[in-house]
Amino acid sequence: MTAPAAPVPRARSLLRRLWALTAQPLIAIVLALLVGAVIILASELVIPGQPFDPLLPARAYIALLQGAIGLPPAVNPIVGTLVATAPLLLGGLSVGFGFKAGLFNIGAQGQFLMGAIGAVAAGILVSSQPSSIAIPFAIAGGMLAGAIWGFIPGILKALSGAHEVVTTIMLNYVAISLFAAIVAGPLAVPGAPSPITPDVGNAAYPILIGRGGHLGLLIALGAVGVMGWLLYRTTFGFEVRTAGANPDAARYAGMRPRVLIVATMAICGALAGLAGTGDVLGTQHHVTSSYGTTVGFDSIAVALLGGSNPVGILFASLLFGAMRSGASLMQISAGIPAQLVDVLQATILLFLIATPVLRRLFRLRGAKSGIDAPGTFTKTYVSGEPTPS
Amino acid sequence: MDGLINALYGIPVAGLVFEFFGYLLGVLPLVAPIMLRVATPLTLAAMCGVVCERSGVVNIGIEGTMLVAAFVGWIVGVVVAPMIPADPSPIFGITPALLIAFVAAVGAAGLVALLHAWLSISLRADQIISGTIVNIAAFGVTGYLNELISKSSPTSAGAFGQFVPPKALVEIPLVGWLFNMFLNQGPITMSVLVIVIVLQILLFRSRWGLRTRAIGEHPKAAETVGIDVIRVRYRNVVIGGMLAGVAGAALSMELTNSFQEGMTAGRGFIGLAAMIIGRWTPLGAFGAALLFASSQAISQSITFATPPGQLGDILLSIPGQFWDALPYIVTIVVVAGLIGRSTPPAADGQPYEREATA
Repeated sequence: MTAPAAPVPRARSLLRRLWALTAQPLIAIVLALLVGAVIILASELVIPGQPFDPLLPARAYIALLQGAIGLPPAVNPIVGTLVATAPLLLGGLSVGFGFKAGLFNIGAQGQFLMGAIGAVAAGILVSSQPSSIAIPFAIAGGMLAGAIWGFIPGILKALSGAHEVVTTIMLNYVAISLFAAIVAGPLAVPGAPSPITPDVGNAAYPILIGRGGHLGLLIALGAVGVMGWLLYRTTFGFEVRTAGANPDAARYAGMRPRVLIVATMAICGALAGLAGTGDVLGTQHHVTSSYGTTVGFDSIAVALLGGSNPVGILFASLLFGAMRSGASLMQISAGIPAQLVDVLQATILLFLIATPVLRRLFRLRGAKSGIDAPGTFTKTYVSGEPTPS
Repeated sequence: MDGLINALYGIPVAGLVFEFFGYLLGVLPLVAPIMLRVATPLTLAAMCGVVCERSGVVNIGIEGTMLVAAFVGWIVGVVVAPMIPADPSPIFGITPALLIAFVAAVGAAGLVALLHAWLSISLRADQIISGTIVNIAAFGVTGYLNELISKSSPTSAGAFGQFVPPKALVEIPLVGWLFNMFLNQGPITMSVLVIVIVLQILLFRSRWGLRTRAIGEHPKAAETVGIDVIRVRYRNVVIGGMLAGVAGAALSMELTNSFQEGMTAGRGFIGLAAMIIGRWTPLGAFGAALLFASSQAISQSITFATPPGQLGDILLSIPGQFWDALPYIVTIVVVAGLIGRSTPPAADGQPYEREATA
């Protein structure tokens, strides 16, 4: 006797699959929030002259949530969260795409900066053209600059086996210097007291919703669809995933790992460049020499939490974007430094990487492993070959 | 002699290159002490890298380890100094509080390294991800605590002072500036050369060094002759972390007397680059760190001792950012093998799994 294929078990198996995918990240997030609460309680002991408030963690988290989401009629807090999410989403897609191919793009930071300066440079050129020409041109400038900054480590790895972890970290610093030199040199407004570029004018993204909700939000959301399609619906995406999961199999199947490496890194760079483009065209409209960002490193956290999957990255970037956006209200109303978000972010990752321990503790047999890295970075780091042999 | 030099400088283009090198030789005694000071945290970070990677563990968490040490050294000094009031001793301005803070900084760095060791050796997590997480965590925790503490505007416990070498020694012609370079320094900077030489000897001439290199090249073979791979790797990562801790302490307790958020500013990564260029040897890495520091020294000396004539004009027209970026560009060129190959230990970065014993 076989059981009839009723819809109920199917729904249950879908739920089980969903649980398998999300159990580890969810447990990591909950545990990190608990650790954060303990840290807040402990830090109360450090702040002098205040009565000990056992409910401070709750107050802090409520303020964090309020800052990120707000109360229903107000739309601006949510828009603020989305604006903070967009660069994290694009950066996370960049790092995650690299992960899928077995490449560790620590260079999102530099590619972001180059994207920002590229978008400003292109935007200034066309600042008085109609928006329908100026915006695509400026976006192209930003993505191209980012793509070049991703292409360099890609071609170096393909030709000489120089590991992308080392070269992209170095390129991050080169990008900082190059950025400052360009802002103070060719792009500087003459006679300004400190280096600043002109405004991008008509190349600025139009505001679509609320305070500062610019076109970049839609572009970032669109990128999720494009990357999902590219990874799972095209031959190129299949080759990228194969090369990441099993480089030997990819080679035996006649794929060209070197070409894949260069193309993947250039796409990673273009995505991170698009993140920088969005920040500049959507929010800043010009840059100064003190322009800085932590998006590049936050992106690594986003990609790891999102399991390198475009949809997972969307949720992970929403979480971190909401925390970044809500942190200032938490700092004002609960007196907890906004840097708590960095601590939470790191704690989430720690719990994710300590997967074997979590599995034992929570008896998660079916759950997928927490950090879904191809496990080839360190191997290629030392073999001197573009792909591990 | 002067005639020859003038003739050399007269050659078009190449003459300017000669003149540039002549200028560098001229300002060397002046900038050498600065160079060593800049190179100190880089060198110590590179030593951490050498000790870890020689035993087969990639550690890109050096940056975070240094940051934690810098913070702990500063904050322990702040807390302890009022408890043990003491006048700074004439040698290096040492106070008991500073010593306790230094030990705390090195210890804290050892603990951070222990976390990396546990993640990458015991849990066999990807070592580069583990190191990245250490960096993110260190930045977050130190930034959070610093923000919390700086509300009460704490007073620093001060910093280690510089030794002033006797004038007669410094004024010896030709070699006097070398004494000035190595002796006109605080205790951490002064001991860097000693640490480098001791590590070089230990790594290549001692039992510990042989074991370290063996488990970094071929752990399985090492295990068959009775070396406990896991234990030696743990020990090396912690020792390396403590060296990074000394580097962090140098930042907040010797080169400055305060802590700023993210004050390591990439020095841990430059240390790794120095290690690669120095081909995983302590002396080589020290040389590379000095080379990196020289780039900064040149850019400083150009502004305070501008060479005369055309050379000065050319050097002044180079944006300062070029000198900032130069070490990183050099690293990329070397890593890409454009100037000779740099080959890491064979088992570097590979988690070791003991075979099941019957």
